[in-house]
Amino acid sequence: MSDSSHDIESLANREYKWGFVTDIEQDTIPPGLNEDVIRHISAKKGEPSWMLEWRLKAYRRWLEMTEPHWPHVHYDPIDYQSIVYYAAPKKQDGPASLDEVDPELLRTFEKLGIPLAEQKQLTGVAVDAVFDSVSVATTFKEKLGELGIIFCSMSEALRDHSELVKKYIGSVVPYSDNFFATLNSAVFTDGSFVYVPKGVRCPMELSTYFRINAQKTGQFERTLIVADEGSHVSYLEGCTAPMRDENQLHAAVVELVALENAEIKYSTVQNWYPGDKDGRGGIFNFVTKRGRCAGRRSKISWTQVETGSAITWKYPSVLLQGDDSIGEFYSVAVTNNRQQADTGTKMIHIGKNTRSTIVSKGISAGRGQNTYRGLVEVHPRATDARNYTQCDSLLIGDRCGAHTFPYIDARNSEAVVEHEACTSKIGEDQLFYCQQRGISAEDAVSMIVNGFCKQVFRELPMEFAVEAQKLLGVTLEGSVG
Amino acid sequence: MLEIRNLHAKVGGVEILRGVDLTVRAGEVHAVMGPNGSGKSTLAHVLAGRPGYEVTAGEVIYENHNLFDLAPEERAQEGIFLAFQYPVEIPGVSNSYFLRAGLNAIRKERGEPEIDAFEFLALVREKLKVVQMDESFLNRSINEGFSGGEKKRNEILQMAVLEPKLAILDEADSGLDVDALRIVANGVNELRREDRAIVVVTHYQRILNYLVPDFTHILLNGRIVKSGDRELAKQVEEHGYAWIEKETAKTSQAEGRTLQA
Ligand SMILES: Nc1ncnc2c1ncn2[C@@H]1O[C@H](COP(=O)(O)OP(=O)(O)OP(=O)(O)O)[C@@H](O)[C@H]1O
Ligand SMILES: [Mg+2]
Repeated sequence: MSDSSHDIESLANREYKWGFVTDIEQDTIPPGLNEDVIRHISAKKGEPSWMLEWRLKAYRRWLEMTEPHWPHVHYDPIDYQSIVYYAAPKKQDGPASLDEVDPELLRTFEKLGIPLAEQKQLTGVAVDAVFDSVSVATTFKEKLGELGIIFCSMSEALRDHSELVKKYIGSVVPYSDNFFATLNSAVFTDGSFVYVPKGVRCPMELSTYFRINAQKTGQFERTLIVADEGSHVSYLEGCTAPMRDENQLHAAVVELVALENAEIKYSTVQNWYPGDKDGRGGIFNFVTKRGRCAGRRSKISWTQVETGSAITWKYPSVLLQGDDSIGEFYSVAVTNNRQQADTGTKMIHIGKNTRSTIVSKGISAGRGQNTYRGLVEVHPRATDARNYTQCDSLLIGDRCGAHTFPYIDARNSEAVVEHEACTSKIGEDQLFYCQQRGISAEDAVSMIVNGFCKQVFRELPMEFAVEAQKLLGVTLEGSVG
Repeated sequence: MLEIRNLHAKVGGVEILRGVDLTVRAGEVHAVMGPNGSGKSTLAHVLAGRPGYEVTAGEVIYENHNLFDLAPEERAQEGIFLAFQYPVEIPGVSNSYFLRAGLNAIRKERGEPEIDAFEFLALVREKLKVVQMDESFLNRSINEGFSGGEKKRNEILQMAVLEPKLAILDEADSGLDVDALRIVANGVNELRREDRAIVVVTHYQRILNYLVPDFTHILLNGRIVKSGDRELAKQVEEHGYAWIEKETAKTSQAEGRTLQA
């Protein structure tokens, strides 16, 4: 390898700044998984009995399943009996009012850039803060409540809005869906619940910030968002974890339901600890995310920026059931050092005149391996379905890899499915051109990567776009730009 | 300002520059001509610090610096500007963002404050006039989808904004139609200043009608074999390089004899 490509590569290396550990007394259970553990979790949360039954059903199903190995990723076998399935800050069993929250937790979130204290809250963004297995605080709840919007932790929703949860949980990702989703169904601890009533446009961004802190703990959160007819909501998700030498499992499930004319925009900036440069430690991010455009003219849009995790395995998907419904997927996935990502989407066209757009940008540096895997499926009844897919890869250095597996299954002959793909390297000529104009090599790489991701970044809400660009070590494009 | 002494450089293991000597003072315009493959772009790239070129002998002094001690971006910050023969495309990065980033990096080096987006817009609007470019080019991705002529004009726009001390223009005139040539050449001429030196690499003497050089040099087989004034460029255009080649062959034979003797 030439010297200069080595330089380009080292520029892409960044320090993980969120790797600190909060020293807080924990209420944890011993590692291991059995029906008693599940009963314990359910009891801790004071759940209705139907929920416990559902969890147990999932658990029994899970025992018969085997871990999938079709993704293009490699890791040592996971010992499910060595994972802790419940860890919570001692003084806290669920979200409290802000003055009851342990100041150490408030400090932790503040350090992460998520101030929860009333006077410092981000304007225009309501936050549900999840620390290990529990939600510790939700901001702007009352204000949203005035519009009939429910935004709370899943545990709270199970107590206060049990009927709504019962109606929709598992309606998009059934408990038997896949190995990790089934495990999640059995042991999920918290997550966010959102319900936007008919005709309401949610006036602020809703967001959940996930933080893994405890050692040997898995995080299994479950998020459910229901947008009733004609409603509109934009939701953001962010996450970080301390630096540890062991791998930690994060197996989440997110379900979205959009009824007639409703729109859900779901954005993720995933920044779990990626492991060190030799691949020690890091989060296994095995997540099932799926939305259902249940009603006519409904729309679901996924935007994700995946920069962290040792391994990322996720395919935010859309079931386009309603006629004229729209599904979108915009993704930036970055793998550096020994990181591996196998990500993409599934667009399932069931209704008539349904459209989907897929824009995937994979960036590989170091020895990172980046795979795009996508499925566009058009059912026979889905007349006039259209898909546009663009998936581009950018290689930084010459020890990394990019792979694309686009699958198309069109069972309606009129379907229009377009696919474009391209792979490029950060050219030495591009880098030199920037340097010749006085821009440092480091800023030049950021600038080029940022330009590559532009189509995706512009889909993110403003605050997140800034965060995402910072994460890639990128300065924001000027207002003239 | 620039003093090149006995510069030798290799690219891809092959020696391309074989003892270049050249002195450029502030306020001067130098034309460098030479057949294809003679090493003109190589010289420009070595001066700008492009990776992949190995300097095997000689030295270059630029404004009291040993040039080879400076990284490419430091050279740019110290006022060296290269207009590329083949300008590079960078998708998704707007022309104006790029230009402002470069300008601010250079200003920072000079100890001047950063220029904000509004001030920058006012400045760049003035500079657009120099090359008669439309404002819409500012919001387009760098050189992406630009025509050959537009790319060349964009290079000169960058020069106008960055205000270098030493500008090296590598075939700023190739591929331009008659009008564009006049615009680019006059634009560069406007940028001529007492404290600025310009080195124009070209195949055609017509750009020199607008931008009259103080010196003309002929680069042949990696060496400057003949220097003269504006007239030398005209002679080259009329008669080609063969006569110079012959002349050089004679002198080197003579040199060879002296060495043997
Ligand atoms: N990477 C490389 N490996 C080998 N040879 C190279 C490499 N890059 C350039 N060269 C050679 O160096 C020589 C000089 O090239 P250079 O681009 O400097 O010529 P030039 O004088 O600018 O020509 P032109 O008028 O065509 O622009 C050419 O013979 C070219 O093929
Ligand atoms: Mg050349």
